[in-house]
Amino acid sequence: MTTLTKTEDTPAPTGPEAFLSVRDLRVRFSTEDGVVKAVDGLSFDVERGKTLGIVGESGSGKSVTNLAVLGLHNPQSSSVTGEILLDGKNLIAASEKEMERIRGNRAAMIFQDPLTALSPYYTVGRQLAEPFRKHTGASRKEAKARAIEMLTKVGIPQPALRFDDYPHQFSGGMRQRAMIAMSLMCNPDLLIADEPTTALDVTVQAQILDLLKDLQQEFGSAIIFITHDLGVIANMADDLLVMYAGRAVERGTVREVLQQPKHPYTWGLLSSMPRLGGDINEALMPIPGSPPSLLNPPSGCPFHPRCAFTEKVDGERCSGERPLLAEGRAAACHLTPEQKRTIFIDDIKPRLG
Amino acid sequence: MLQFLIRRLTGAVVIMFLIGAFTFFLFYTIPQDFAQLSCGKNCSPENIAVIRENLGLDKPITTQFWEFMRGIVAGRDFAVGHCAAPCLGQSFSTGDFVWDSIMDRFPLTLSLTVGALVIFLVIGLGSGLLAAWKRGTALDKAVSGASMVLSSFQIYFLGPIVLGLFVYSTGWMENPKYVPFLDNPVDWAVALLIPWAVMATIFTAQYTRMSRSTMIEQLQEEHVRTARAKGMPQRYVFFRYAWRGSLAPIVTILGMDLSGLLAGGVVTEFTFDLAGIGRLAVESSLTKDLPVTMGVMLFGAFFILVLNIIVDLAYAYIDPRVRLA
Amino acid sequence: MSENVTLPEQQGSSDGVRERRELLSVEGMAMHFPIYGGFPFKRQVGAVKAVDGIDLSVYEGESLGLVGESGCGKSTTGRMMTRLLEPTGGKITYRGQDITHAGRRQLAPIRSEIQMIFQDPYSSLNPRQTVGTIIKSPMEVNGVNPSGGRENRVRELLELVGLNPEHYNRFPHEFSGGQRQRIGVARALALQPKLIVADEPVSALDVSIQAQVVNLLQKVQREMGIAFVFIAHDLAIVRHFSERVAVMYLGKVVEVADRDSLYNRPRHPYTHALLSAVPEADVDSASKERIRLEGDVPSPVNPPSGCRFRTRCWKAQDKCATDEPPLVQISGNREGHLTACHFPEDPTTEKTGADIVLDPALAQLEKTADTE
Repeated sequence: MTTLTKTEDTPAPTGPEAFLSVRDLRVRFSTEDGVVKAVDGLSFDVERGKTLGIVGESGSGKSVTNLAVLGLHNPQSSSVTGEILLDGKNLIAASEKEMERIRGNRAAMIFQDPLTALSPYYTVGRQLAEPFRKHTGASRKEAKARAIEMLTKVGIPQPALRFDDYPHQFSGGMRQRAMIAMSLMCNPDLLIADEPTTALDVTVQAQILDLLKDLQQEFGSAIIFITHDLGVIANMADDLLVMYAGRAVERGTVREVLQQPKHPYTWGLLSSMPRLGGDINEALMPIPGSPPSLLNPPSGCPFHPRCAFTEKVDGERCSGERPLLAEGRAAACHLTPEQKRTIFIDDIKPRLG
Repeated sequence: MLQFLIRRLTGAVVIMFLIGAFTFFLFYTIPQDFAQLSCGKNCSPENIAVIRENLGLDKPITTQFWEFMRGIVAGRDFAVGHCAAPCLGQSFSTGDFVWDSIMDRFPLTLSLTVGALVIFLVIGLGSGLLAAWKRGTALDKAVSGASMVLSSFQIYFLGPIVLGLFVYSTGWMENPKYVPFLDNPVDWAVALLIPWAVMATIFTAQYTRMSRSTMIEQLQEEHVRTARAKGMPQRYVFFRYAWRGSLAPIVTILGMDLSGLLAGGVVTEFTFDLAGIGRLAVESSLTKDLPVTMGVMLFGAFFILVLNIIVDLAYAYIDPRVRLA
Repeated sequence: MSENVTLPEQQGSSDGVRERRELLSVEGMAMHFPIYGGFPFKRQVGAVKAVDGIDLSVYEGESLGLVGESGCGKSTTGRMMTRLLEPTGGKITYRGQDITHAGRRQLAPIRSEIQMIFQDPYSSLNPRQTVGTIIKSPMEVNGVNPSGGRENRVRELLELVGLNPEHYNRFPHEFSGGQRQRIGVARALALQPKLIVADEPVSALDVSIQAQVVNLLQKVQREMGIAFVFIAHDLAIVRHFSERVAVMYLGKVVEVADRDSLYNRPRHPYTHALLSAVPEADVDSASKERIRLEGDVPSPVNPPSGCRFRTRCWKAQDKCATDEPPLVQISGNREGHLTACHFPEDPTTEKTGADIVLDPALAQLEKTADTE
């Protein structure tokens, strides 16, 4: 099923099922070199119990977006505008105190590198118990029991003993499990996982991904899963948002986007990654050039300097007019639907093997 | 932990011994007759011989060194009487036992250090934390600017100005002097207020800058962000997470500053005309009073080594990763 | 499960092992990094057995892939092959010459023939040197004077790796990550090497940039006939790049084979587990076997006895703890397909039976989900 989403520049009442609804989100950082438009007019919805994958390269704004959802940007050096509705409540207008009640409680986050994301100074147990006590008012003992229960659930052997260990005494995979346990302590409705397996080995990654999926079944949380890896997203997500230069360029279900991608950037991503079952004699087709600077993003479509199909569009539209992302299944591109279909079937699909 | 302590203490003793040996033999390369110096201008050869014997200068250098080192542990007998351990010898010029001269001067040095320490830690760290908390605001800029200016000041510059202002022209205060703490704590504090304030001003500025910058660094750490993402209140995150991480660099610098202060602040003492360890060191080396110089050096080295060990222990307390390594 | 399946010999695939001259070979090569500690005097109390006796050959002009997870010793292996590290055991032979413990002088002529490309394009280039100087310096150090001059050669190299020769006088920070990795490639090519060891050359780069660098390396390898040892943790990229692939686990080679055999007919359980763990950008991959191991890789300080994989292996028996399996050709496998396992798997990656889920937390969660 497709998420209900409105066009970018017209914020509209959200659909009944959207638990988190982001409308026209803009995040700007002022730096010495100028204003960085890290996120520039982004809208998406996440449904209860579903997983939205956000895919993009470094600098695409995917992490910035999710830090904005939890209000974790420094208000002195950044400006966040737009609407972030969590269960109907606009988080952008919320006070810091209100945000503190939401973070770790209704919406929790899992970070990429559990070694740096857990404090080296406190035991794993304390770091788990802390938010639980804060949000539920539980006693020390109750919080410890809950933490041990969660550590058991995520597969930490001898959880009662490991409760008193420090993060550096855990292996990489175990640390990430502890991080997951921490995020689930208060049974959040929304879980934001920011590249949670990027720092892990492939066999451990497989364990952690399956664990997250199984836990989601049990807890029923909505998940925003951020990654640069289309393979990981194919396994994890129901819906998919492809981001480029601070904007969403394509949206749909994972199946739709991976099987019938419509945006030249998505095509580029898919055909630049080798697959285990692919034809080895088929050369990879990289995207030329490099991602744009967000200080000075390209005019029009941000992807146009790297796009191979701009001449198929009339006139100067690609460099002059910003393509909008329509509702539902859509791609922000000036190519006609017919062109997108033909190019994908004739030029792209044969390469994907 | 015990192993660590034993190893470090053994190392410290070895280093002390080496410092002693180095100073001792270096001093003897100076072509001077210490007996002559001790006796004064118009001195008969007989007197010199007597003095030489009394001071043990007639024995070979190695024997003298051995007796000196032995005296530290076991005490030593001189013509004037028994010098109890730790005996650092007898001054060539005054004839006093060195340990006694040091103990005479040390209370002042300790008072200066403790007083200034309390002020600069409280105000310095406090204003640094405040600036980090209010980062980017006018307050932060004011604090940062002031500490930048003040930290470039020197005691010998600031000291006379303050003295001139509060003592000589207005007469609000008296010249700084040492009143033993146990005699009258209030007088003790009042009499040392000016040197404390001047010393603390300069250190405060440094500690403000340091605590501000390490805090700002720590606040960018990912684990601090995680703590916020868990919904922990900002104040809690600031003090429990970021502050914990800033402690290690601060403790390192503090250990170095403290051992320097305890070994005697020469500039401070001369500026305010106070007689502390630093002054003793300078005087002894000007008069080539070997035992006093040795004693002061070893005394200072002792603080440096002990504080080093304390800093390492503090590290282990602050950071569990160090504990197990 | 049959232990030895006979397959028709040589299926006529294009990447079967061809007869080629051996360029570099290692026998029983080992690297044990000492650990010091103890009281009151420090002494060696153990060793990190980063690489613990491996045999491998690199043939002229071929590309050999080295895959494995962190701590398997693949990078250390690469560094020993280039003799940036001196092995603590075994033997390295380069074109018939034993270079295991060769000194500076003896290595000098060989250094120019074996080059290395590093993972991090940010830290492996001196930020204070211009690109021209960086690429030129290997020629200066080795006294190489190409016809037309060194500067000309640098410009040719820049062009070859897809950079503008006009950028000769720019500094590394003026380039993007992908371009910096191109500079690293140009530097490696400056001495016309016979072997390049590339240690995770693309893993620090964005997906769209990775393909650019992989294509460049492939072009270099094919057009210049340079042998490559391609070290990476990404199995799909290794497959794309390498004709032969060796899988390492905890300092040992557990399986080595031509690409087709390794990816389609693997025998070692660890190879199966690795392949099954690779996430594929394919929504319908239900036909693939599903193996979920338990825990992380054990510490190389105290590796398990016998077969090192046995602690995480679902087929392990008593024999695995006592006898270390030799790296041999199992009957039915192609020539050059060697496996170190007492109880090899069927040569397929398709799903043949039930899922293998060793992770206790996963097994528990999935059991409760099934019973509901």
